[in-house]
Parts: sequence; C-alpha cells; structure tokens
Amino acid sequence: MKKAVSFALAVLSIGGLSLPAWADENYPANYDMEYYSQLQGQNISLNVYNWGEYIANGDDGSMDVNQEFEALTGIQINYTQFDTNESLYAKLKSGGASYDVIFPSDYMVSRMIQEDMLEELDFTNIPNFKYIGESFLNPEYDPENKYSIPYTWGTVGLIYNYDKLGFDPDSWDILWDPAFSNDILMFSNSRDAFGIALIRRGYSINTEDPEELEDAAEDLKVQKPLVQAYVMDQIFDKMQGNEAALAPYYAGDAINMMSENEALRFVVPVEGTNRFADVVCIPKIKEEENAAQRKLAAEMYINFLNEPNVAAENIEYIQYSTPNDGALALLDEEVSSNPISYPDAETLANTQAFVNLSQETNLLMDKLWTMIMSASPEYSKWAMPLFLIIALSLTVVITLAKKQYRRKKEQFSYENYVQRPY
Amino acid sequence: MKKHKWLETSYISLMMAFLYAPILVLMIFSFNDSKSRNVWSGFTLHWYRDLFHDQEIISALMITLLIAFASAAIATVLGTAAAIGLNKMNRKLKSVVMTFTTLPMVNPDIITGVSLMLLFIYLRVEFGLSTLILAHVTFNVPYVILNVMPKLRTMDKHTYEAAMDLGCNPVQAFFKVVIPEIMPGIMSGFLMALTFSMDDFVISYFVGGASVQTLPVAIWSQTRRRVTPKINALSTIIFVVVVAVLVISNIHSARKEKMLREGRQREVRQRKVGE
Repeated sequence: MKKAVSFALAVLSIGGLSLPAWADENYPANYDMEYYSQLQGQNISLNVYNWGEYIANGDDGSMDVNQEFEALTGIQINYTQFDTNESLYAKLKSGGASYDVIFPSDYMVSRMIQEDMLEELDFTNIPNFKYIGESFLNPEYDPENKYSIPYTWGTVGLIYNYDKLGFDPDSWDILWDPAFSNDILMFSNSRDAFGIALIRRGYSINTEDPEELEDAAEDLKVQKPLVQAYVMDQIFDKMQGNEAALAPYYAGDAINMMSENEALRFVVPVEGTNRFADVVCIPKIKEEENAAQRKLAAEMYINFLNEPNVAAENIEYIQYSTPNDGALALLDEEVSSNPISYPDAETLANTQAFVNLSQETNLLMDKLWTMIMSASPEYSKWAMPLFLIIALSLTVVITLAKKQYRRKKEQFSYENYVQRPY
Repeated sequence: MKKHKWLETSYISLMMAFLYAPILVLMIFSFNDSKSRNVWSGFTLHWYRDLFHDQEIISALMITLLIAFASAAIATVLGTAAAIGLNKMNRKLKSVVMTFTTLPMVNPDIITGVSLMLLFIYLRVEFGLSTLILAHVTFNVPYVILNVMPKLRTMDKHTYEAAMDLGCNPVQAFFKVVIPEIMPGIMSGFLMALTFSMDDFVISYFVGGASVQTLPVAIWSQTRRRVTPKINALSTIIFVVVVAVLVISNIHSARKEKMLREGRQREVRQRKVGE
C-alpha cells in the first residue's frame, strides 16, 4: 500500500512539474463532424492491436492519435501492442481475445485472407480511402483490395558505416565479405534473413522450391562466422555507436539512425530487395449484440487514420513511408522527397513483396533456420530420451540415498532410545 | 587481519558494481537527450514529461500494479489457508501435496502460460483482466505457502491450546494467536507474490487479452521498432520508489527495535531500583 501511495505521489509531483507539450505546429485538421459523431454516446469501445511504438502518441508535440479519436467520436480505444506478425496470428487464432482493428504485414494478410480470418471492409464507410496512392491499390497480398488498407510501407536496404568501409557498397555480397568479419549484423527473423540470401542468388523471395531454400540456408550458414550478432532493435545502438559496420534493416529506421550518426549511409543493393507494407484490417467479428456498430466504429478508426493530417502525424512519428497521397502533400519537402523513403520508379521496379508461403515451405524454412541458429550441426534425436532417462534414474538414486541416510540417522538417534518403550 | 581490509572492500565494491551498474546506466540514459542507448548527447527531462503523457504506458503500468496487488492478495489468503491445512496433515500426505504445490514453481513459465491459455480457451473465457489475475494467482500461491510453512512449523502449538484454555473459541484463538505468530511469513509471502507478479512476462504474454496488457508485454512489443527511453524513465522512478520504501521501512523497524531495547533497559533499571 505504502508503495502505491508513494508511487502516486511521485507521479503527481513529476506530472505537476512538467508543462503540457501541445505544440501548435500540428497539421490542419478537417474532420467531417457528422460522420464522426454517428456513434457518439453509445458507449462503444474498440480493441486496437498494433505494433509497439507504431502510432503518434503525443511525444515531442505530435498528436496523440488515440486520444484525438476518442475526443472526436466518443468511442473508447483499448490499445494493446504486439511484437511480431506470428504472435499476432497466434493471438487471433487462439480465439481467446477479440480484436477490432489489427495491423498485420503483407504476407500475414494473405495468410489471414486464405484462412478466412478477416472481415470485408465496407468502403462506403471509409471515404478517405480515396487518398491511397494508385500504386497501392489491389496489391499482391490482397488482389481484390477487399480486406485491407495500407498503413505504412518501406524497403529493406543495407545500412553501412562509410568511415569504417571507405567506399559505397552496392551489393548484398558485402554481407558475406570476410574482410568485415565481426562487423556484420543480420536480421534475427527467418523470413527477412532468408529474403536477403534468396535475392542475392537471384531467386524469388517467395520461392517454394526446397532446393533454392537449401541453397540460401547454406549461404546463411557460411555467413554465420562473420556475423557479430543477429538482432532486431539493438541494431540502432550498435550502428549508432560504431560497434558494427554493416546491417540490413528497414528504410525508415535507417533515416532515424543516420540522423544520429553522420557516418551512416543507406543503399538498396543492385540485386533488388524486399518491399514491405503494414496494413490495417478488421478481423472476423464474433456474433455479438452490437457487432454491426463495432464494425462501423472500426471502419471509422481506419478512416480516421487516413485523414491526411492524422496520417502525416503518424508518418512523422514512425518515419516509414506513407501510401496516403493526402498526407504526402502535407509533409515537409525534405521528408517527401527523401530518396530513402520514396525511391525512384527504377528502384521500386526491382523490389519484391512477401506473400504467404505454403505450410510445408514455412515448416522447411523454420527447420533450416533452427539448424543455422543452433550451435551443434547435427541434432541427435536420441538426446531427449537419453536426458530423460538420466534425469529419472538420478531422481531414483537420490531418493533411495536419502531414505538410507534417514534410516541410519533414525537408528542412532538419541530420541529413539529415550522414547522407545522397553 | 587488518592488512587485508582493502581486499574485503574491493571485493564488496566489485560485487556492488556488478549488481548495480546496469541500473545505473539505465538511470543515466533516462536523462539522455537522444533516443540512443550508448551515445550521450546532453541532459534532458523530457522523457519523464513524455512518460506521463503516454496513455499506453501509464495504463499498462496501472494494470500491472492492479493485477499484482489483486493476485498477491488472493494468493496470500489461499496460500495461508493451504499452509495451515498442510501443517495438520500426516507426513506422507503432506509431502505428496507439497510436491504438487511446488510443481508450478519448477515448471517452466512457458508451459504454465500455454497450458493456462489452452484451459481458458477450452472453458471459453474471454481473455482479459480476469484471466490475467487468475493466472497470476496460480503461480503466486506456491510462494505464499513456501513462506508461511516454516513459520507454522516453528510455531509453538501450545500457544493455541493455551488461548483455548483461557476462554477463546477456535476462531478467536486462530485470529488472535496463530495469525499474529505467522504474520511475518504471510507478509513476506505477499511481497514475494507481488514482485513475481510484477515481474512476470511469459505467462501474461499468453493469457493477456484484447483490452488489457501488462507493462512487460507492452515493452516487449516495442522491440521491432525500438524501446523508448520513456521506459528508462519509468524504471528509474520504480527503482527510486522501491529503494525509498525499503529505506523508510528499515529506519522504521530499526527505531522500533531501539525503542523496545530502551524500554527493556528501563524496566530492568526500575526493577533494580525497586529492589
């Protein structure tokens, strides 16, 4: 209790010291009040499930998007966050929790469409869909554009430290160059890591051919001794702190790193790369009394995210690229003409998007990845039963020894002599 | 002996550095002007300011605290009752039951988490606050039992009988004699449950719902993008609060002890004077 009280005091004292951070440089809003007040006062709440740190939340004078939406519509937002597409999928599949708005990536969307996990969107309720750029309509992962609206996109490229390299690389091959042994970072998720290895060999990143995957796995195994670490977000610190010289990562994050360390540069290698998109969807709604209203509320939320000023706020915060032309027009010239975020048509033509793979290919990739990551080259299938047998026999031996010991102790214990009736 | 004093101090300071250097680094970087975790670029308080404007982190923290206190309280009641029951059992039955109650502790979290998740799905319980509290109670009960048991074992069972002789009914005797006697065990069990509940990531990850998320899960979700320095600021505050509470309670108990000691001395003196 004491802890709680003093914590509350700490919260109050610090909260009181700081001044509200509302900046006045927000983008001009132009909301359709009639549309957004449709569900006012009906006590509806929405469960939104997004990536961590993936929406403007009031930091540095940005807009707090969820709060703004709540104030505008009277709909309450329950906002939770996930870390990978796979954990999002598992959570949805388990059926224990019902979400109204989710943000999967491209390949996960196609998987969810295949498995009938998404609601069709009613585009008459999402008028701001008109702002989505033409090149983002009817994407490979949602060919009829029935289930999803893109939220952000970007490319994967090579981030390198010019001061350490002394030249500008233009190929993925440099990640296999022994000269930079121990200066290379690599993705710690299998899909991205395999993507790079496959592109380098000129294969499709969505290949279903086991031999091509085996080749890629072989390459990744060869690369392993050169790699300093397999990372996700630690890449920021390692690259900014000059601890590593080369790393593949997402373009938006590269801009972020480059602003902290001037030696860092970004290139999309000549072999091409992966172009990713994170999108907004509504998962299948369970039969409930107010299902229709919740779906409408979810569509209002999606529409709100596509208000040009809101999308611009989000993009400024996330630093990825926006598919929303209205927002693009609002952004600073410096941002919207940055070739890292918005590469030219030629570079874009040389990119591939992930689509969902078949079950067998997913399993094979997982197996190969585990083999690359595990230290021992051959996993013995006898190891597990052997371990169990040893553990069991040890338990038996210890129990017996303990019993023996206790019996001996009892035999010679003084109390027994005293208490034993003669 | 005196000669090796430096060895002792350097060993202790090395240990202290080992234990507290990570926290110190974290605290320092909560004042860092940039988002970097290894490049210092100036002093700022703005992560602290942003922290209190961040609805998601604050609500995750509040949920974590709520779950911790609720589950620790429930687990303390259950665990104490269980320990008293266990204490009255015969030896064989007791050791069997004890094995089962300690099982959740040695069980890897991930197995507990997944099995609880499957159970809740099977029972068609909507994931949320209730499932989180239930799950936390499950893994907290063994710690309470483990803390209360030794107190019961060392307790003189004749005090209970004496209370009955002096006119207490069993309920009165229980609340006036047994509970005060085992109170330190109950308290340490409660505090341990509280800490474990606040610490837990894996189980909360599996049974968390669409509307609530605990702080560790929220922090973990930021790993694709980057964990914000606001988390450093929050950790700093929590650390300072915990240390403050510990220091205050230590001072308090030291003063109480001193008063007791002085009181006893006075009594002794008075008795001497009386003689």
